[in-house]
Parts: sequence; structure tokens; C-alpha cells
Amino acid sequence: MTQTTPIIEARALSIEYKFGRVWLNALHDVNLTIYPNEIHGLVGESGSGKSTLALALMRYMAGNARISGGTIVFDGVDITRTTPTEMRAIWGSKIALVPQDALASLNPSYTIGEQIAEIGRLHLSLDARTAWACGIDMLRRVKIADPEAVAARYPHQLSGGMQQRVTIAMALTTKPRLLILDEPTTALDVTTQAVIVDLFRELIRENDAAALYVSHDLGLIAQLCDRVTVLYGGEVMASASIENVFKHPIHPYTISLLASLPRPVNPTHGMETRLPTIEGVAPSLADRPKACVFAPRCPAAIAICHTEKPPLEQINAERTVRCHRWREIADCTLVIDTAPKLIEMSAPPEAGMVLDADHLEKTFGGESMFGRLTKRNGVHAVDDVSVHINRRSTLGLVGESGSGKTTLARLIVGLEATDDGNLHLLNAPLNAAVDARSRDELRQIQMIFQNPNDAMNPFMSVGETLARTLKRLSSQPMTTAQIDARVAELLESVRLPMDYAARYPTELSGGEKQRVAIARAFATTPALIVADEPTSALDVSVQSVILNLLKDLRGQHGTSYLFISHDLKAVAYLADWIAVMYLGEIVEEGTSEHVYTMPSHPYTEALISAIPVPDPTIKSKQIRLHGDPPSARNIPTGCRFHTRCPRKIGAICETDVPPYRDAGGEHFIRCHIPVEELARLQQDSPNPILDAQI
Amino acid sequence: MLLNQVLGVVRQLIRRPQSLIGSLMVIVFMLLAIFGSSLAPHRFDEIIRGAARLAPSADYPFGTDTLGRDVFSRILWGAREIILLPTITTFLSVAFGSAIGLLIGYYGGLLDNVVSRILDSLLAIPALVLALVMLGTIGPSPVGIIIVIVLLYTPIVARVVRSAALNVRSAGYIEAARLRGESTLFILFREILPSVLPALIVEASLRFSYAIFLTASLGFLGLGVQPPSPDWGRMVNEARGSFAQTPWALWAPSAAIALLIIGVNLLSDGLRRIFRYEGGLG
Repeated sequence: MTQTTPIIEARALSIEYKFGRVWLNALHDVNLTIYPNEIHGLVGESGSGKSTLALALMRYMAGNARISGGTIVFDGVDITRTTPTEMRAIWGSKIALVPQDALASLNPSYTIGEQIAEIGRLHLSLDARTAWACGIDMLRRVKIADPEAVAARYPHQLSGGMQQRVTIAMALTTKPRLLILDEPTTALDVTTQAVIVDLFRELIRENDAAALYVSHDLGLIAQLCDRVTVLYGGEVMASASIENVFKHPIHPYTISLLASLPRPVNPTHGMETRLPTIEGVAPSLADRPKACVFAPRCPAAIAICHTEKPPLEQINAERTVRCHRWREIADCTLVIDTAPKLIEMSAPPEAGMVLDADHLEKTFGGESMFGRLTKRNGVHAVDDVSVHINRRSTLGLVGESGSGKTTLARLIVGLEATDDGNLHLLNAPLNAAVDARSRDELRQIQMIFQNPNDAMNPFMSVGETLARTLKRLSSQPMTTAQIDARVAELLESVRLPMDYAARYPTELSGGEKQRVAIARAFATTPALIVADEPTSALDVSVQSVILNLLKDLRGQHGTSYLFISHDLKAVAYLADWIAVMYLGEIVEEGTSEHVYTMPSHPYTEALISAIPVPDPTIKSKQIRLHGDPPSARNIPTGCRFHTRCPRKIGAICETDVPPYRDAGGEHFIRCHIPVEELARLQQDSPNPILDAQI
Repeated sequence: MLLNQVLGVVRQLIRRPQSLIGSLMVIVFMLLAIFGSSLAPHRFDEIIRGAARLAPSADYPFGTDTLGRDVFSRILWGAREIILLPTITTFLSVAFGSAIGLLIGYYGGLLDNVVSRILDSLLAIPALVLALVMLGTIGPSPVGIIIVIVLLYTPIVARVVRSAALNVRSAGYIEAARLRGESTLFILFREILPSVLPALIVEASLRFSYAIFLTASLGFLGLGVQPPSPDWGRMVNEARGSFAQTPWALWAPSAAIALLIIGVNLLSDGLRRIFRYEGGLG
């Protein structure tokens, strides 16, 4: 990158928050430089200060925050000294923000057109008519198909992806010099995210703007950004070009973070491996270490790391790092061990079925009171779905939101009653409703929930929660001493200290809560555990810990999992059998190797293609699903996927229900295109899951 | 855990002057309700010879009424009724209301639809009209007052608890309880109730203040406790006719009612702030 004048440059920036009577350091000595035409990534876990930094660059801070040191020079002016009035002239016109929650940032009582036009009137001094036309033009530029119609609508009438397009259009209206994107795709489906990210890339280049892209998704950063700054505990750990950070990382935190990303396991045929993880938890604002903030979790920490804060060193023109030992890492005298470890398999695989679900059906009622009763015009959430889970194996269930995967899981655990179909547990018929299930049946199926924050009763301690489960579900009555011993054993199995039994959920971090939820699910060693997106609410470094734990416990107890996730990489890591759902129907199933390699159902192909690969040298193939999934109230005729299918072959897709073709080796694809033809069409596409080598 | 939480709430109440004043006022009135009759210099129905229509003095702090009864003593005696009745009605409406609210909030669906509509229709009846009709037919009595107010306030409490229960019914820990085969009673009272407790406490304090108001109003209309017992509301009504001669006989009970309600409202407002609970019906 040529050295020109930066658009924005933060030097030795420190920001403090006031809590009660003390000021706590949220950002310490942060340097960040963004040049014209650059997309700069900002990565960090929750609590690392990345949102504080992103907003501070706009001089936009919470009421209890203050800049305690450093400067922010934007366009030649130090904006740490500007007045609020001067800032208002900059906000929206020279620096624009694309927020994480699009719906919350759009005014619900004005139409889209009115809100965009307002920006034109305010910042560009356009008259009402020109401003409106300009707004329509902006909507067209973010590839909204029918801008006039969309302009007349209210925010809640648009889908999440469309809302995010509108906020981008609004941010770009004034041709800002700097665009700040604060996790703008985190709330979106992976397929929608891919389309939106393509749009960002194109529009930022087109506008000659610079951008700061805040995200916790390393894959996304690798695919989108030119340079990246890694934030941890309010300090910059490393900053460099994308190639350097992803291919030659020299900070132990970056190295560990990259190594902890889930990846499929097929290179080690038959052997179970676990992901390298970062031990411990990120420090909270109040107890950040005085020396190196990462030292307590660092695999390469030595004495000096715990006593002295390393300086932020400028290695060369474009690279900085804050580590005492970067030189050793850079010249390869210090190698941080990131090789996957083998997992102990104490329970050998075993034949036989744990769960047979045949022809499950579930329709939720329609919109009106009458519709609710008659189920006319209802949501057909699960339509004739059959799944089978072997002993000691894991079925991965993937699909976009609204595909019916969570409903299917709830039917299996019995939280929703099936309308039709049969369930068999260990070859014995299983009652559909959880209330009708016997204690033995309940013991055999347990669940891990998506949101760790409401997985435990806030008024019950960890010990009480686990003890209650044991009391209710153990096969024979247990004495208090036995229960206490078992609780201690369970806590140890999820690697929590014994004294956690006395703690309440509010005293635990998200990852710790999820471990307790896992301990609860394993309390009576069930045959099947249903895990509904167990890692999606967690930080990257915690995700790998939880995935490992699930894998370890599976190895020890021989439990089967139904693992639901929209994260195909996590599914690939854990599952040996995968089913892909679309609009209440399974469109492809097979072993994970079969599903992730071609030929695939065009929908699976698009899902895989949408995964951002954490490797900047691999550009994933551009198969994009345009439009939103149709409503499950109104399922398309013929092939359900024909409205979005990039490989649609003709009228047959719209009229005829596609056959469930056998692609060999118990691999099934529901498509009109013959398997051989699919294989030919897809043969030269790279596979972002299997090809990524970090 | 529970004791600590109670202490925490008390500490927060003390810290804020308005809440502290409200709490102290409520405590004073509670003490009056318990000990008032034994502290009173006279019985409530004692007619003091030659002491009719006396202005407030050291002997008769609030003066005497047209019949020569000591207003101060009557207020002290009357404290029991005006505090006891609302306490009972609040307790009962909170008990019934939370049971109904938990049940319909947890089950939802058709049950919720039907019961909620019944509650709505009960809410649509004006309070005083219902009270007049019911007490007119069954005759004025403390039990009658209790029945009327419980009937009026149970739906309100039920709606508040229902909406609080709706927020937690789909929480993971409720579903985990179902997955370990807990009974509905356990789920309602052990899993859900603690989470709706803040809303319930605030609502109970509000109901208490409204119940005092309604009890006093019914007394004023002559539908409360029958003479000669000293009902504050009826004291106001009785003193109305002779306002020109004995204004103190009107002022004293009015001020007592006002102070009690202000105290309860200050306390209720403090609790609402502590539990960060916004809502409730008027």
C-alpha cells in the first residue's frame, strides 16, 4: 500500500468509563490508521473494546465515557477537541455508520423513502423532490429491485437483509470519506450475509471511501478487508495486512484464535481430534492484568509477560505488534503448538439406532383466530421429515432460519407435539409429547439450548440445578451424598471448579453457563442429546472450547447428538451425518464427507459457498442466493427451492416435485438435475470448508 | 440468598429520601392500625359530655365532632379498618391474580384467550358501579367490601403476572424443567414465580394504595363499616354537613386518608424504581 495521508488516525488513544466512583480503562494506548480506499478490519471478542473504538473514532461515546489520552485526527483535524456542533456536521456527511441492528436504527414511524430523503435534505441541502429522487437512486445502487415500492414501505415490512441494504444506502448517500460498519451482518443468515458483503466490497470501492469493518468473524475479515487490527482487552495486539495476519501471524493471540476455528476432520480418517483452544476467559474491564493483558491465557507466556506491559512495536511500515516474544515467533525459534490433539475414545462405536423419526409433520396455526383453530393457511414448519440417528453418532442439521430445523428438534424432544408421524427411541415407540413420556424416556433424551443466558433458572444455584435433574431423572433414588458427589463429578467433566456449585447464573460467563447446561444434559448420561445452536451466542475462542467439550463427552459416554447449527464449519467439525433442511423439507442428507464434497444439492452448494473462509488466498466461488426464502405459509409449487435456485433447469422445477435421488453411499439429493450432471456442473468449484489451510 | 435480596431492597429504599419517607409513613400507619385503639384517650363511640364542637386543643388534638366525640380517638380507632381491609383484599387479589396469571401465561393458547377475555370484561365494569350494585344487594359489610375489591383487582393482578410470565415461558430453563418431567405446579411456582416476583411486589403495593382509596370511598358512600364504628371515609361524609361549625372533623380524616395514600405511593414508587418495573394498570 502506498503511503499517503491517512483518512483517520488514532494515536495512543485511551478511553475510560466511569463505574460508580472509579474510572476503568476500556481502551489503552490504541493506534489505528486507515488510508483512503482501504477496508480495515477490526477483530475482537466481546468486551475487547471494539465497539467502543469504532464509535470513538466518530467521537461518539456513552455518557459515562471520556477520552483520557491520545488524539484522533480525521481529515487533518483532531476531533478529540471539536465541539458537538462541529461533530454534527461531520456525522452522516463525512463519517457514516452502518449499525449492527438495522431495524432498531431505522425509525419505525417513517417510510424508507422519507428517511433516506431526509439525509439528502439535511446534509446535501437538496430540495424535497431532488432528495426523494436521490434516495430512490441510492436504493437502486444497493440493488433493491423495486426501489419505488420499497421507498413507500415501513422498516418492519422489510426482511433483515433488505433493512441492512437500506442502512447502507443511507450511509452512502452523502459519499462519506469514512464508513464505519459495526458487525453489520452478524444478525443475518449466512446466505444473506454473503450477498450483503459482496455489496459492501463493491460499493466501498466504487465510492472511493475507506471503511472500518468491525466483526468477530475472522472468515469475513479475511474475505473482505485489506488490513486488520486485532483487539484484546482494550489493547491492540497486532495490526497488519490481511495476508500477514492470516498467513504469518506473529502474535500468540492471533495464532491461537486462527487455530481454534472449527474445521472438518476428514484428514485424520477414523481418528477423533480436538481443536486447539485458548484457555481461560477474557478479562473484564475491572480486572485486566496490569502487564500483558493476554498473558494469563497465552500459551507462550514467560515471567516478563506477567510483570511488564509489552510496548506496541512498529515492525515495519505496515505492521505493529504488542508482544515480548514476537521476534522469536517471527524467526520460528518459538513455535506455538496448534496441532489438533487426538481424543481419547473410551466408548467404542456400536451398531443400532438411538432414534427413528418417521414422516414427522408439524403445522402451526394461521394468522387469524379461525386459522389457528383450523390450521388453514398455517405455517407448514416440518413436512414429512424422517431422520435416523445411530448410536454414538452425530446428526448435523443445517439450514437458514425458517427452514424448520429448530421445530424438528423440538418435535424430537417432545416440546412440541407432532401432528403426524412416529418416533422410536432405542427401537421402542416414543410418546410425542414430553408430558406423556415416562421417566426412563425423559432420561434418554436431553437438550442443550441456544441461549446460555436463560438456560438456567436465575434463582437456582448451579448445584441446585444439577441436583434437581439428578433427583428427577436418575434411574434409582440417590442419597444427598450421592447427589453431591455426582454434581462434583459433572462439574469436573465440563471443567468447572467444584466451588461453582454454590454460584448463581448471574455470576457466570456465557461460556460457563453453557458448560453447566451441558453438564445438566449429561447428568443422567442420556442416549441422545439435542443441541440447538449451542455455540452461536458465544465468542469465537469460547466456541471451540464448547465444541471440544461436546466431542470429548461423546467419546467418553457414547452419547449421540442431534446438532443444529447455521455454522457449517461447526457442523462439519462435529457431525458424521448431515441433513440439510429447506422450508420444512430435507433436501440433502448423507455422511458429512459426502455432503461437503460435490455433487451437492444446489442449496447446499450455495450454503457452502457463502461461508467466508478465514484464508485470504482462497476466494470462495460466487454462488449467491438472491432474494429471501419464501414464507413457509406459502410454499412454492414443484421444487421448493426453485424461486432462488441458481441451477434451475426450467419449467419442470416449478411444476414437478423433484425426486429424492440416490447419489451412492446413502447420499441423497432432492433435485431434478441427475446426480452425474450435478457432479459435472460442480466439479471445478473449490470447497471453502475442505480447502482452507491455516 | 432471599434474605440478602430483601436486605438489598431495604438498603436501596433507605438510600432514596422519597422512598425512605414513604416507608416510614407506611410503618407509622401500620403501628397505628395495631396499637391505635389502645393508645386512644377515648373510645370511638364515647360521647363526651359538654365537649361537642370543640376546636383542636391539648385535650382534643383534632377537636370534637357535633356529637362530642373525640376526632383524634376516632381516627386512631379507624386506622385498623382502613389498613386491615385493604391488606386482606390486596393479599387475596395478589394470590388469586398470580395463580390465574401464571396459569394462563404459561399455558397460553385457547385457555389464555378465553380467560383473558373474561378478565377484560371484568375490567370493563366501573369499580364504583359494581361496588354499589353488589353492596346494595348483599348489604354493606366488611366481607362484602373484601369480595367486591378482590373481584375488581384480581383481573388486574392476573394481567400483570400473565405478561411477566409470558416473557419467561419460553426460556431455556422452563423447557429444561419440562424435559426432566417436572409437574405444572413446580414449574409455575418454583421456576416462573421467582422471576415475576418483582412485577408482583410492585403491583401489590399499587393495589394496596388503590384498595385504601376504594375502601375510603365506599365508607364515604355509607357502604363501608356501619355506624358508630369510626370509618375514615364515613367520618368525612358525616363531617361534611357541619363543615362550617367543625371544619377540623372534616380535615382530620381527609388528611389521614391522604397521608396514608401518599406514603404507600411513595413506597410503591421506590419499589418500582428498584425493580425497574414499568407498567401496571390504573
